[in-house]
Amino acid sequence: MTPQQISEKLKSQFSDNILDVKIDGVLDPFVKIAASHIKEVAIFLREDADLQFDYLMCLSGVDYGKNVLGVVYHLASMQHRHKITVKVEIPADNPEVPSVSSIWPTANWHEREAYDMIGIKFIGHPDLRRMLLPEDWDGHPLRKDYKVPEFYQGMKVPY
Amino acid sequence: MGLLDKEFNNSNVVITSLDNLLNWARLSSLWGMQFGLACCAIEMMATGASHYDLDRFGIFFRATPRQSDVMIVAGTVTLKMASRIKRLYDQMSEPRYVISMGSCSNCGGPYWEHGYHVLKGVDRVIPVDVYVPGCPPRPEALIEGLMKLQEKIRQQSLVKKTA
Repeated sequence: MTPQQISEKLKSQFSDNILDVKIDGVLDPFVKIAASHIKEVAIFLREDADLQFDYLMCLSGVDYGKNVLGVVYHLASMQHRHKITVKVEIPADNPEVPSVSSIWPTANWHEREAYDMIGIKFIGHPDLRRMLLPEDWDGHPLRKDYKVPEFYQGMKVPY
Repeated sequence: MGLLDKEFNNSNVVITSLDNLLNWARLSSLWGMQFGLACCAIEMMATGASHYDLDRFGIFFRATPRQSDVMIVAGTVTLKMASRIKRLYDQMSEPRYVISMGSCSNCGGPYWEHGYHVLKGVDRVIPVDVYVPGCPPRPEALIEGLMKLQEKIRQQSLVKKTA
């Protein structure tokens, strides 16, 4: 299916929760959906016979600035050889998104990394711990407003 | 190193100072603690492999700090790794030496400004004897660093009290 057809199928199923569709003029055509409904949309994308998005290629956390965070899901179907990108946006002061790790197990570590670096809380994740940084690290370093600490465990951090 | 081997050709008796003998023994068998952390480790492995052949200097890599004389810190030292380096250094028996290999472990390298996760120089947690510059240094540069360390050991004394 083309991105156009995929987005129309999603619109017919989840009309109110599809916030934006962009197909022309972007490298990866994307569908922006309401963060609260990501799990239902994800199940539909994977289970529908015409879509069969069985492969989560990448899950990224994004800080758009101006108090807006986002999660980007790059999906592909091995069966149908088509791709789509799904985006959600959330406020930075309450960054909560339902976890999709029960739908695509790939998401487990990707969501942990997004939590580690951006600080997005994935509701329903089985083991939401830091992925790369030490457990006693303070803050989420890829946030735009992140300040590098002066010391970490007694070691001076700035040059 | 030409100190003793010529003597063996001429007679069966060798006369030298104890310092010379001990230092010659120590600098001729510098066992390295392998501490590859990033791309510098590839150059360090190349230095140890057959083409550059560290074995001819009596340098072997050991997988444990307790059998090592020199730790070659090869690569980017993250803050998470720094405490592990410190612990492994503490586990090495004296006399022990450290070679800091490459820009990252010398001063933070390309991460000096925005690397929130990088220790800006391994000398902030352990003392360093020789700094080898480069990104990464070629095997010749690492061998030069080891030669410098041998020179340093040759000047030392285990018997005489130092000031």
